[in-house]
Amino acid sequence: MIQAAWAYLLSHPKLFRDALVTHLTLSGSGLAIAAILAVPLGILLSQSPRAALLAINAANIGRTVPSLAVLAIMLPVLGTGFLPSLVALTLLAIPPILINAYVGIRQVDPDAVESAVGMGMTRLQVMAKIELPVALPVISAGVRTAAVQVVAGATLAAFIGGGGLGDFITSGIALMQLPLLLLGAVPIALLAIGTELLFHRLERALTPRGMRSGSS
Amino acid sequence: MRWALTHLDDIGQATWEHAVLVVVSVSVAFLISFAVGIWASRQPRVYPPIMGITALLYTIPSLALFALLIPLVGLGRVPAIIGLVAYSLLILIRNIATGLREVPADVVEAALGMGMSSWQLLVTIELPLAMPIIIAGLRIATVTVVGIATIAAYINAGGLGTLIFTGIAQDFPAKIVVGAGLASAMAVGADAGLSRLERRLRASREA
Repeated sequence: MIQAAWAYLLSHPKLFRDALVTHLTLSGSGLAIAAILAVPLGILLSQSPRAALLAINAANIGRTVPSLAVLAIMLPVLGTGFLPSLVALTLLAIPPILINAYVGIRQVDPDAVESAVGMGMTRLQVMAKIELPVALPVISAGVRTAAVQVVAGATLAAFIGGGGLGDFITSGIALMQLPLLLLGAVPIALLAIGTELLFHRLERALTPRGMRSGSS
Repeated sequence: MRWALTHLDDIGQATWEHAVLVVVSVSVAFLISFAVGIWASRQPRVYPPIMGITALLYTIPSLALFALLIPLVGLGRVPAIIGLVAYSLLILIRNIATGLREVPADVVEAALGMGMSSWQLLVTIELPLAMPIIIAGLRIATVTVVGIATIAAYINAGGLGTLIFTGIAQDFPAKIVVGAGLASAMAVGADAGLSRLERRLRASREA
């Protein structure tokens, strides 16, 4: 069966490449848009507790909504194809990034902020030199969670005509062609694990040297 | 939305199937995790490899995992439950082991000094103290499983995902909205209910 999947891959290289490219484009752009929106928003929210309460609660609820529900609900609203899938994946990626950006800034030691202010730093300098660097590992952990979720979510884009590697699984199940199914499932699993490992390394690299611990 | 009113029994059926799928999967996962979690909390050396394996399972996207199970166990509820159990293990084992390990060492020592057996220690001291963290794990696992169980409908496991998928196939928005809405409501409801339980346990711990 694995051989049959491999043979299919060799005989249809373009089909596979296109699906992979769509999958990566969908996940990458969804994640990027979400990060561009949610990181600054989370940082802003950390400065205003009242707005934060509302937004973080909304994000927590958003986080519990099933991925398939978010993707499927796009269908009546935006129809099928790449764009609705992209919108859905962006929506999926926002809550974990937003929550971590907010929590990351909030957990900065108030004494450190106070002493920075005491040294004559402006609000902006405190943010750029103290709060952001200290919060960066938590923020990138949020981006990692979102990245893995988006790669998995992009699999479901196949259901609303968004393409990607999930297409091989849906047609594999529809035709009961197990090799076709493997051609989707194995690369998707590897892609998700690779994403997790890649962002884990990134997270480590972004952690200021003094804050690194041996275990995490 | 007239469809929803005339098909209340279908909707009820799908909701019931979904709830059963979730309860069965989380219960099986909890039993496994309970044994493994207690073992891992006693044997610090086995904890990292167990976490590694379950984290790997957790990372594999659900549709891919269900697809990989088809050649082994076919379609239907069995592969769905296997997949859903696999997803719950990381969170449940981690929280059970962490909860047990966070019981203060002097409490354990005092209990042992009073002549408790290790079984009595576990049941009367350690588990009650670890309960809020264990319930937190149960909450996260349940919410995750409610969501992923929608996808299990694609491999014929039934549940609310069936409404979503037939809605997509027939271009019938009402089915999509009802299926997606009820699945979301179930996830949010499970989260709210179990967090209440968690808070109550924490409060009684501190009293």
